[in-house]
Amino acid sequence: MTAKIAYDDVEVGTELPAETFPVTRATLVQYAGASGDFNPIHWNEKFAKEVGLPDVIAHGMFTMAEAIRVVTDWTGDPAAVVEYGVRFTKPVVVPNDDQGAVVEVSGKVAAKLDDGTVRVDLLATCGGQKVLGMSRAVVRLA
Amino acid sequence: MALDQSFVGRSYPPSAPYEVGREKIREFAEAVGDANPAYLDPEAAKAFGHPDVIAPPTFVFSITYKAAGVVIQDPQLGLDYSRVVHGDQKFAYRRPVRAGDRLTVTSTIEAIKSLAGNDILDIRGEVHDEAGEHVVTAWTKLVARAAEEA
Repeated sequence: MTAKIAYDDVEVGTELPAETFPVTRATLVQYAGASGDFNPIHWNEKFAKEVGLPDVIAHGMFTMAEAIRVVTDWTGDPAAVVEYGVRFTKPVVVPNDDQGAVVEVSGKVAAKLDDGTVRVDLLATCGGQKVLGMSRAVVRLA
Repeated sequence: MALDQSFVGRSYPPSAPYEVGREKIREFAEAVGDANPAYLDPEAAKAFGHPDVIAPPTFVFSITYKAAGVVIQDPQLGLDYSRVVHGDQKFAYRRPVRAGDRLTVTSTIEAIKSLAGNDILDIRGEVHDEAGEHVVTAWTKLVARAAEEA
């Protein structure tokens, strides 16, 4: 594992470069195929509304996959991630238009641990609302 | 009806091996729009010290969740799957999943709770490679929302 960020170069509070991730209906169909999660709430508006959702929603695991990119783009080598967890607090609603939705993710170093790792806390929002809670990664730096 | 607490600690037999392929990793990386060369280019992965392309951190969920089907669909447990939502997800990695891996998953029920009529089920999936070495552990919290009163 060869992270391009050195442990000695970060402090508690160091911010990772924030990123934005667009999500359209086409994105969700592609993710359904790649992941094998064909739950109709992620592609069938009629079904989603019947079960009480405002519209089609993104796969929680899709949002989780995007959020960690703020870490893996920072370290270069994705193997730097030794732990990663989230709570799915609010769905990302994806309307059937050209825009879809946008997930915004930022992260900062919340703790430096003793073994050459740091804890990164991630903030993922959509339309100003937090969509992931307790979103944290433990990351091994160079 | 609340789930039977006696299922806590129960482990199920390991899943059949899942063989991780380079093109499946590529398909997943493209679906999440991630062009990290460690996922796509074996030479770039080797430059990072990996024997072959590695999978994005959440890729393994497809494997562990499928394996958790033995728990979710266990008729004796009786989880109402039509009411299930994904509450939390966590992974702890010994090493990244990589192309060529043949992975098996052993699913264990870690906890069962009942909260305001919701059933909360914590499943741990231990992922091992063909040599029996631990690769990653996945914790999945499922919430079966309370049934509406008839």
